[in-house]
Amino acid sequence: MNMLNSRLARVGASIAKHLYTRNYTSVYRGGYIPRAKYHHFLQPSFQRHSSTELYKGAMIEKRNFLSTTTTNNSTEDGSEKEETISVTFVDKDGEEKHIKVPVGMSMLEAAHENDIELEGACEGSLACSTCHVIVMDVEHYNKLEDPTDEENDMLDLAFGLSETSRLGCQVIAKPELDGIRLAIPAATRNFAVDGYVPKPH
Amino acid sequence: MLCCTSWEYIYSSSTTPHNSPQNAFVKGNYKKAKALHGRHQSKSNLRSCEQSLIVHIPGEALHLQRANKMQKLAIFRARLWLYRSFSSLSSNPLRVCVVGSGPAGFYTAEKMLKAHQQAQVDIIDRLPTPFGLVSSGVAPDHPETKIVINQFSRVAQHERCSFLGNVTLGSSISLSELRELYHVVVLAYGAESDRSLGIPGENLKGIHSAREFVWWYNGHPDGQNLDPDLKNTDTAVILGQGNVALDVARILLRPTAELATTDIASHALAALEESSIRVVYLVGRRGPAQAACTAKELREVLGIRNLDISIQESDLLLTPADEEELKSNRIHRRVYELLSKAVTSNPKDAGLNKRKLHFVFFRKPVSFLDSKDRPGHVSGVHFEKTVLEVVGPGKQIAIGAGEFEDIKCGMVLKSIGYKSVPVDGLPFDHQKGIVPNDRGRVLCDTSEPSVVEKGLYVCGWLKRGPSGIIATNLHCAEETVSSILEDLDQGELISSSALPKPGKDGLLQLLHDRNVRIVSFSDWEKIDSEEKRLGSSKNKPREKLATWEKLHKAISE
Repeated sequence: MNMLNSRLARVGASIAKHLYTRNYTSVYRGGYIPRAKYHHFLQPSFQRHSSTELYKGAMIEKRNFLSTTTTNNSTEDGSEKEETISVTFVDKDGEEKHIKVPVGMSMLEAAHENDIELEGACEGSLACSTCHVIVMDVEHYNKLEDPTDEENDMLDLAFGLSETSRLGCQVIAKPELDGIRLAIPAATRNFAVDGYVPKPH
Repeated sequence: MLCCTSWEYIYSSSTTPHNSPQNAFVKGNYKKAKALHGRHQSKSNLRSCEQSLIVHIPGEALHLQRANKMQKLAIFRARLWLYRSFSSLSSNPLRVCVVGSGPAGFYTAEKMLKAHQQAQVDIIDRLPTPFGLVSSGVAPDHPETKIVINQFSRVAQHERCSFLGNVTLGSSISLSELRELYHVVVLAYGAESDRSLGIPGENLKGIHSAREFVWWYNGHPDGQNLDPDLKNTDTAVILGQGNVALDVARILLRPTAELATTDIASHALAALEESSIRVVYLVGRRGPAQAACTAKELREVLGIRNLDISIQESDLLLTPADEEELKSNRIHRRVYELLSKAVTSNPKDAGLNKRKLHFVFFRKPVSFLDSKDRPGHVSGVHFEKTVLEVVGPGKQIAIGAGEFEDIKCGMVLKSIGYKSVPVDGLPFDHQKGIVPNDRGRVLCDTSEPSVVEKGLYVCGWLKRGPSGIIATNLHCAEETVSSILEDLDQGELISSSALPKPGKDGLLQLLHDRNVRIVSFSDWEKIDSEEKRLGSSKNKPREKLATWEKLHKAISE
């Protein structure tokens, strides 16, 4: 009976993952997929949000399930593999938060899942610079793929841009990034000190 | 007070759903508390509150000590809940009114709600529709940029926030009345007018400000009467090379089939489908190293299908001063690189396409030419060539070189900057076109030493001038809100002896007496769903209700 429950849970988790991944690729990388661009506007926002919450709920459940039993391991049928990496966010006040991020998830998404205050005005569609993070060590920064022109266009407008700046929505968890540390720039300070204002929109 | 807000964090974070906006708000509050008073002080406050709770309930104290940590925390939370209910009932809420529901207004409201648990925030807007320039400024073919509306809608639906549309500062209600009703008034109504060139012929027909043109194609209810003539000419001149200029050029040149599936106003789409404009000049006073646009918008306009791009190669030569400027400005550097690339990748004798975009540098408009065939209409722009003069480190200005040149055209769009409009009783710096302010605190005038207008603040374009992107307002709002919090802390805004402010109730009463029909956020949701319904039949995300009548009708139905 227990065995059956566990199997059912796994099937559920797998469905949840499927749903989640689909949601993630269409919504959060929407900038690359022209068809998906209008996705947001075809549905009333409350509907979209409730469904996102649903996916998130499924994800959280799944992660709990896996973290107690099979973290970083394949299950017996081998079809289910969930790997996480450790990520540290350093917020504007210098406070650190350590989280586990499933491979394939963006840092913007991971931050929001873990209640870390990282803005995401365009919800990961590569149309703003509000999820700007600074990779705190060059070694990890070099393991990331180079930013695309589109990401660089947005980074142009980011506050407190540094040599190792990236957009959180474009940094996708992969095993090599285990232990990565990301600083959320202290925007107010930059704004006040250098009076830096991006060029008109 | 601080103690109380910190407690709420602990209480709420453990009982509200993980990702609830309420939780985020409360969390922000905790952070702000820390930022203001320092981590250690905040923590020790918390501890002393906890201890005092235990001490004051001796019967339970022993039990608490024996209980395991979880139980202790649970009881503690219950106490906090009681305390919280009590404190919020007994205390005098902070009444905040934000004027303007664009990015600056909504970010201010969001930060205010996060930072102050007793703040009641009312956002008023002269339009029945919220979101300001996100709705009427952002180009219709930039739907991703408008996604921020989701976040703003969550703010508007927050239990301590109200949206009151169709309320105009200056006519529905005066600034002094608003300041009587609220502890804090934040003006974030932006810039609804235009800078003018002040040169002969500026009032000729066919000359519009880019703002009017943008309002027209974005279905702003005050924009539909513009009705620009796109059929009597094949050439338009756009003065300015910022992102608004590029947006306007793109709308004029982009295949209309691509615009048809955006939320562009239907009257604009119909006019553009019949447009005879094939050639557009984007004219700047300075060079490609100083162009005010950003790489994203430039990349977009350079990528328009079936469009020839023309740039004078000689304009791309850099002086040492240009190189110095580019070195320290990443945006300008990348824009310059894109322009250079466009020259080399474009065949010289293109002309294969029907549409053409000219980037013209080093020209300043001197006068507009009156048409001989159609008197009163513009027929061209008289330009003076310019050279750059270094006026400071990394700063060059354009000065006339004494050589002149005309560009013939039947339409001119001036994209040389927006301008804010003051209201009665508001200090205003006419030279800068902004409200004099110190980190968002409105100053009585520009003289020294500065005197602050108590309880009056600004944010967004009215505070810093008409530049920057949506996200700029995020930081701008953080600054203004932290000024408000500092003033609150100093006891500048609420004195213990003063009577409570009436806030929203008082405002509603006043507006009711004046027969002002307030548009609530749920009214807006009716407009929203009607627009989406109308759009879906045309394969558009929405069909904007572009007149006041249609907007009012949608609400009353």
